Amino acid sequence: MLEIKNLVVQIEDKRILNGLNLTVNKGEVAAIMGPNGSGKSTLSYVIAGKEDYEILDGEILLDGQNLLEMEPDQRASAGVFLAFQYPLEIPGVASMTFLKAALNAQRKARGEEELTTPDFIKRVNAAAQQLEIPKDMLKRALNVGFSGGEKKRMEILQMALLQPSFCILDETDSGLDIDALRIVSEGVNALRSPDRAFLVITHYQRLLNHIVPDTVHVMHAGRIVKSGGKELALELEANGYADYRETEAA
Amino acid sequence: MADVTLMKTPAETALAQAFESAKTTLPGTGESRAQAFEQFNSRGLPHRRVEEFKYTDLRTLLREVAPFAGAPSADQARSALEGAKALKGVEALQVPFVNGHFVRDAVDFHGLPENVEIVPMAEALANGHDWLAHLSPVPWANDNPVYQLNTSFMADGVMIRIAGPVATPLHLRFVTAASSAVATATRVLVVVEEDASVTLLETHESTDGANHQPNDVVELIAGDRTNVQHVRVNAEGDKALALSTLAAKIGGDAIFNSINVVAGAATSRHQVFAVLNGENTNLRVNGATMLKGSQHGDSTLVVEHGAPHCESRELFKTVIDNEATGVFQGKIIVPHHAQKTDGRMMSAALLLEEGGSMNNKPELEIFADDVQCAHGATCGQLDEDLLFYLMARGLPKKDAESLLVQAFLGEALEFVENETAREALVETVESWLKARA
Amino acid sequence: MPAVQETIDQVRLIDVDQYKYGFETEVEMEKAPKGLSEDVIRFISGKKGEPEWMLQWRLDAYKRWLTMKEPNWARVSYDKIDYNDIYYYAAPKKNPAPKSLDEVDPEILKTYEKLGIPLREQEILAGVEPTNRVAVDAVFDSVSVATTFKAELAKAGVIFMPISEAIREYPDLVRQYLGSVVPVTDNFFATLNSAVFTDGSFVYIPPGVRCPMELSTYFRINEKNTGQFERTLIIADKGSYVSYLEGCTAPKRDENQLHAAVVELIALDDAEIKYSTVQNWYPGDAEGRGGIYNFVTKRGDCRGRNSVITWTQVETGSAITWKYPSCILRGDNSRGEFYSIAVSNGKQQVDSGTKMIHLGKNTTSRIISKGIAAGKSENTYRGLVSAHRKATGARNFTNCDSLLIGNQCGAHTVPYIESKNASAVFEHEATTSKISEDQMFYCQQRGLSEEEATALIVNGFVKDVLQQLPMEFAVEAQKLISISLEGSVG
Ligand SMILES: Nc1ncnc2c1ncn2[C@@H]1O[C@H](COP(=O)(O)OP(=O)(O)OP(=O)(O)O)[C@@H](O)[C@H]1O
Ligand SMILES: [Mg+2]
Repeated sequence: MLEIKNLVVQIEDKRILNGLNLTVNKGEVAAIMGPNGSGKSTLSYVIAGKEDYEILDGEILLDGQNLLEMEPDQRASAGVFLAFQYPLEIPGVASMTFLKAALNAQRKARGEEELTTPDFIKRVNAAAQQLEIPKDMLKRALNVGFSGGEKKRMEILQMALLQPSFCILDETDSGLDIDALRIVSEGVNALRSPDRAFLVITHYQRLLNHIVPDTVHVMHAGRIVKSGGKELALELEANGYADYRETEAA
Repeated sequence: MADVTLMKTPAETALAQAFESAKTTLPGTGESRAQAFEQFNSRGLPHRRVEEFKYTDLRTLLREVAPFAGAPSADQARSALEGAKALKGVEALQVPFVNGHFVRDAVDFHGLPENVEIVPMAEALANGHDWLAHLSPVPWANDNPVYQLNTSFMADGVMIRIAGPVATPLHLRFVTAASSAVATATRVLVVVEEDASVTLLETHESTDGANHQPNDVVELIAGDRTNVQHVRVNAEGDKALALSTLAAKIGGDAIFNSINVVAGAATSRHQVFAVLNGENTNLRVNGATMLKGSQHGDSTLVVEHGAPHCESRELFKTVIDNEATGVFQGKIIVPHHAQKTDGRMMSAALLLEEGGSMNNKPELEIFADDVQCAHGATCGQLDEDLLFYLMARGLPKKDAESLLVQAFLGEALEFVENETAREALVETVESWLKARA
Repeated sequence: MPAVQETIDQVRLIDVDQYKYGFETEVEMEKAPKGLSEDVIRFISGKKGEPEWMLQWRLDAYKRWLTMKEPNWARVSYDKIDYNDIYYYAAPKKNPAPKSLDEVDPEILKTYEKLGIPLREQEILAGVEPTNRVAVDAVFDSVSVATTFKAELAKAGVIFMPISEAIREYPDLVRQYLGSVVPVTDNFFATLNSAVFTDGSFVYIPPGVRCPMELSTYFRINEKNTGQFERTLIIADKGSYVSYLEGCTAPKRDENQLHAAVVELIALDDAEIKYSTVQNWYPGDAEGRGGIYNFVTKRGDCRGRNSVITWTQVETGSAITWKYPSCILRGDNSRGEFYSIAVSNGKQQVDSGTKMIHLGKNTTSRIISKGIAAGKSENTYRGLVSAHRKATGARNFTNCDSLLIGNQCGAHTVPYIESKNASAVFEHEATTSKISEDQMFYCQQRGLSEEEATALIVNGFVKDVLQQLPMEFAVEAQKLISISLEGSVG
């Protein structure tokens, strides 16, 4: 599904990704863990197509398509979804309006019919209910004045609605209370399917208790330095990243 | 109407006569003087239809022109300086001016701190000193009538070169001491070379009871990576009409931090013209103005972001008691090429009693798209809820007011780095409030 | 950001072919001789069958105007206007004062059809909710060609008619209020208008009446070399309410045409007037050729206690806009509001804003201004808020935000805030920025294209103001903004 080969990325002369390789297969849930500043968010932005980054080398393929040649909206329509670590606020634009615009833009790009308003509302309501998002929140301007946890839930709502094929969750668990963590995880689990892959970025095992990964990758200094099964996460939880730091120093 | 030539006012006529008789005796070749005066004279004293002087109509305010002061005798200078109090407690190298003339006896030219050079302006003008080429660093200030008058009549001042880091602050002390009204025109040029740093204190005092008319210009050229801290105090006498200009050109990666604290003069207008000439420079211009009785205090400011990636912060606080009038005019200009500019300007005014006025004109003039600029202006009374809260805790009303006013002005003062100077400014505020109670 | 660069490139290419209303109508017109003179004024007054006092009023204004100078303080520049190269009166030859729609030249009716302005009451009634009905006064060059729902409005006691008719039918009312808000000598353009105004709307709402429908005037400049000088006078008597809409368009032409209108609003005790404008005069082409010069004086007088005047404007058209709808808050507890969206593109120049003059006690005002500059345009907000000595308890809140799209335009903010009363509380805030790249990326990550994302964010930016418009108008305004920014907006 997603194949990243030897990705080298810098920003303002600072090298952040250093020859990163990563493959995520269809149906797989891959977790990425790594110390602060190791480049996890950078990786997710580069996959989604944020400007500012200089791609010095490497490629990113989604189902064989070269993502690096596509605009962010084209990537979105191709199925890439990024749940932001820090979701943006858009004053004056009601969440509903935004959701509808996004959904229909993607449908249009894929040559599908636009949804009628009643259909759209039905879908949103269903998703909102599952994620226990109150309706009046949907009427407010997108993310404006939302609490940290509400913003994260809104990200998952969008994911549920847009039905992307490759989902990146960048620290979606941070800022969530215990109940919200369960609700969000259930939302994600409900979307798990043989056709869909996930890249879950997190610092904590507790999320992975809910969203059980197939593979766990350790990222350090802009590289995947170790990959393994879900037990790797437990190991990290116990020992921290000290081993990898030493490796680096040596 | 604006284009109609008005009759010359007596003050304008007097200025023309004064210039005629002074131009041969003032130091220097007189070319730039003559040019400046001609420019001034073609338009006369600015009045309320001249946009920049809308709220400070000099044609009305300046009725009678005081005679320009001659150089004081050594005794006069000494006693004038003995009486000067502003920022007295701050340890600094004294660079004093009495009645617009540099008091060179007060300066030990051989014992100047490292990296400091001082040249008397009168001498420099007379000899055509090289550094004169640095005068007028902000070209568009030349168009300002107050500045033009200073250029026309400047009799003395100093030129200072800062060649490296200077630990001791330099105190430009302006004193006007005469029992009857005099006019002065002093010019100071400070050139701060690359990587140098300095603290400049600037205080202005004059005797009460006389309609003194100081018109001072301080010009600053600060090179790349410089750090200039500037504290200015207007403690002019109660009848003075004080005009002043700060024209600054700042290089890249530099810091310039300036504050003007006003409590003196019957009428004052302080103009700041600043150009940021290199990238990544940080500018702060603050003002704290306290006005009472029928005082009129004008702070006018133009900041041009001449280079990308600069940050400017302007914070002006005005407290108005009795029937006083406050004016703030501030303009941030961002030309096309100054991308990534971050400019923020705020003017806040408190009217303590019925009868006062405040005129605010914060402007943005922006031609670059990738910028963050904002301005704000507020005007009103002290927060009644806060007053009530303090009074409910047992503070008498005036004390509660004083506390809140101190906090209000304090926000502008807190950026003063020199601790003793900052404390002295806080004291100025306190004694202003005490006099009120 | 290459994507933004693309937007900028597209904006640059904008051609005013986007201007949908640029067509011309072929009708035979009767015109006054070109130029301005006492004779021309007598001609206009004669055509309108005006009483002697009105003619005298005009002539006085003209004499005064001759001594005045065109103002130059606004941030706009344009070639000198030759006031003698303009026709001050142009009216359809065929029946310039039709009694009913049947008498109106069919070509003109077609024009309004094309513009989407309903003039036939039956058609309006068919299929539309009665509560959404809008009465229209259609002004074509110098004359009103049709006014709908007059009879029904009359039943409620509302007078809604062309001002030329009102001068004849209600001379006392007109005489009492005309020029009482914008004095004849107010400014160069207002004085010119006082001398030569040709038509416009007159509205009077009697005490206690809530006007049963929205009133609107639709201004169309059609004829070449003509200026349009309309005059609108709205009086809301005690305890009444009216919402009034104004729309305007003109054909595409290489020449500049002058529009110098005066609008006066008077709200007596407890009355409320809402005045909304969607200004879409021809803006000129991408090179700045042609377009309307819009020099307009609009002022409302909150004369009575507790009165309210709200100005809402969406300005997308005109080569030059010079316009400051203002409120004089004279009555105690009166309120003035100003909501504005000004979009400029191509080489348009906008200098617009408001004045809130607080005279009475406990008067409040609110200003929300959103400026969007694109292309090579210049967009200036200019505003005055003042509290006079007696305006105890006055309150103002001002928010003016500017958005720049592209790097060749300018956005400027020039507020004057003057308080002479200690108990007055004024707050002003202004920002200038561009659409944040992070917001753009976020929207694009969700699948919106560059244009769609820009449109969405711009709509969010202007939302506070759009909300103030009557529903149907808001939709139209939203579309207009998109069209004006076409290229950057999908
Ligand atoms: N715009 C930028 N300019 C300069 N450095 C940047 C920029 N963006 C990111 N970096 C740097 O790149 C490195 C990687 O950042 P990134 O946000 O990808 O880390 P992360 O692994 O997501 O960390 P965290 O766990 O704290 O979220 C950090 O050192 C960060 O400071
Ligand atoms: Mg991160």
